[in-house]
Amino acid sequence: MAIWLTKDSKVIVQGMTGSEGSKHTRRMLAAGTNVVGGVNPRKAGTTVDFGGTELPVFANVADAMKETGADVTVIFVPPQFTKGAVIEAIDAAIPLAVVITEGVPVHDTAAFWAYNVAQGERTRIIGPNCPGIASPGASNAGIIPADITGTGRIGLVSKSGTLTYQMMYELRDIGFSTCVGIGGDPIIGTTHIDALAAFEADPETDAIVMIGEIGGDAEERAAEFIKANVTKPVVGYIAGFTAPPGKTMGHAGAIISGSAGTADAKKAALEAVGVKVGKTPTETAKLMREIMSAG
Amino acid sequence: MDLYEYQGRDLFERHGLPVLAGGVATTPEEARAIAERLGGRVVVKAQVKVGGRGKAGGVKLAEGAEETVARATDILGMDIKGHTVHKVMITVTADVAEEYYFSYLLDRANRTFLCIASVAGGMDIEQVAAETPEKVVKAPIDANTGVDEATAREIVTAAGFPAEVADQVVEVAVGLWKAFVAEDATLVEVNPLAKTGEGKLLLLDAKVTLDENAAFRHPDHEALVDQAAVDPLEQAAKEKDLNYVKLDGEVGIIGNGAGLVMSTLDVVAYAGERHGGVKPANFLDIGGGASAAVMANGLEIVLSDPSVRSVFVNVFGGITACDEVANGIVQALALLEQRGEKVTKPLVVRLDGNNAEAGRAILDGANNPLVQRVDTMDGAAERAAELAAAGV
Repeated sequence: MAIWLTKDSKVIVQGMTGSEGSKHTRRMLAAGTNVVGGVNPRKAGTTVDFGGTELPVFANVADAMKETGADVTVIFVPPQFTKGAVIEAIDAAIPLAVVITEGVPVHDTAAFWAYNVAQGERTRIIGPNCPGIASPGASNAGIIPADITGTGRIGLVSKSGTLTYQMMYELRDIGFSTCVGIGGDPIIGTTHIDALAAFEADPETDAIVMIGEIGGDAEERAAEFIKANVTKPVVGYIAGFTAPPGKTMGHAGAIISGSAGTADAKKAALEAVGVKVGKTPTETAKLMREIMSAG
Repeated sequence: MDLYEYQGRDLFERHGLPVLAGGVATTPEEARAIAERLGGRVVVKAQVKVGGRGKAGGVKLAEGAEETVARATDILGMDIKGHTVHKVMITVTADVAEEYYFSYLLDRANRTFLCIASVAGGMDIEQVAAETPEKVVKAPIDANTGVDEATAREIVTAAGFPAEVADQVVEVAVGLWKAFVAEDATLVEVNPLAKTGEGKLLLLDAKVTLDENAAFRHPDHEALVDQAAVDPLEQAAKEKDLNYVKLDGEVGIIGNGAGLVMSTLDVVAYAGERHGGVKPANFLDIGGGASAAVMANGLEIVLSDPSVRSVFVNVFGGITACDEVANGIVQALALLEQRGEKVTKPLVVRLDGNNAEAGRAILDGANNPLVQRVDTMDGAAERAAELAAAGV
């Protein structure tokens, strides 16, 4: 069953005809994702061939949904057009929009998020600046490599792309129900807490790995949420213990401001609510392995 | 990007907000010209991106051009908490009767913006909030509807601004919001927002942070970057589209993905505790692709840092398979040779993920004596730290 993305999900790609969009559409198809079309107003009515799979191009998200029954959109458009693309997806009330684009101005993200809230949050937004969501063996919406892990009963939520892949790979023999990369921007649609709540409710998930990094207080708030709402075992990892204050470490949101947002504070908050926090990704995987083998 | 106070003052002025007349000087002679233009009594303020400059002697009053030159001479070159003063801002003085606080900022937790306002200004707002929370108003701002006159008036009323300045604060609140949005700022902070003896409102300080992701719609923001303060290696990396941050250690780091690189720094620092206290020398994310050309550029930057004694290349093959990455490393080393750069520092390479076996075989086949392969992240960090410690 997994969370938010299943084998029944029908996926469209906004920006499918662009270089990143077409490359990853091909990869998503290869991973078994049911990609049903793309959106590009200038190429509406045409089709694109992906190694034998002809995908139709629609003028907008609403048309694509009407014609194909799509319920997921993956957005690859450049930063200057991302806000418009997400608002189009929200207007069409698509249930899930995965925003891969990196470098979206935070005023644009704040604007489309406020718009989504005003429309009653009919659309779950993941990202921006995220690798997407993968339910191994079922479907893959985004750029997460499909073939590095197996199907299983661990849920994974992470701010970082490559650390997500690293963890998926370390625990590939045990396998995952769903892996969600929520992105490293200061404002993101889906949070650690949203994913924790969904994994807690998912009968096919037995335990959860949560990966955080410096900046903001999302991990601290996730810790409070875990204490009150999560009964399944959670293992944590935080990146950036040695990052200097005031420097942005790759992700726009990964910055220690004054004394706020440090890895130490996040680790302490998680440990205070009983979450085991690994010192390295490998140690974190080992902690999860122990939990899963204790069964 | 954090702006200097004078840049923030200029930005406020451009957006029609009430600020003191002034200018910025890098030499005592420039200070003289500004003092002569302004006339009378002026304030000379050190321009540094760190708090506490008043206590450090970085803010002085001066009467007339000669005294301004003397004070500017004192302050220019001064060290304030490790920041050398290269510029001073000179403004006319204000007769301050009351000090308030006003800011707009990003509220990550609530995925929106926040207005913070207080009639208790001129001091650290976090301290005011901790000691007298009733004096601080925090109002979430809807990113789409923003701050119009009605919203501004609600904030002004809630914060309890005195009736005689209320209309002016409303005007400043609306104008400051417009500037915040128009400039793609993530912070505009005015502390103090002052009332003069004549009852006029003035923005006496300016703390502004701009969103670098919005640079594409602000070609003018590039000119605000303080080139003199940019680390030369960071500048060289930026020109090659590499995400590099200079740190103070000895182990050069190259990895793919921001999270993995941050994690690599941590793992190397832990390993360093067992090897003479060596630390990571930099953050360098070469992105998901990790092609030979990008790898060569990355190696070039890291190896040109004289404090680097060993390099840890930590790549997880996700989108890019490890055999491509391994070819990238081999070609990058050849490319550096061609560019005439003799590589002498040892490289520890960890490849894992897609096609890891094939990638490792390529590295082994190349048989470069400088390249050591260690297949786990923790083990490779240990080896890189050990080599850096031995290379003292």
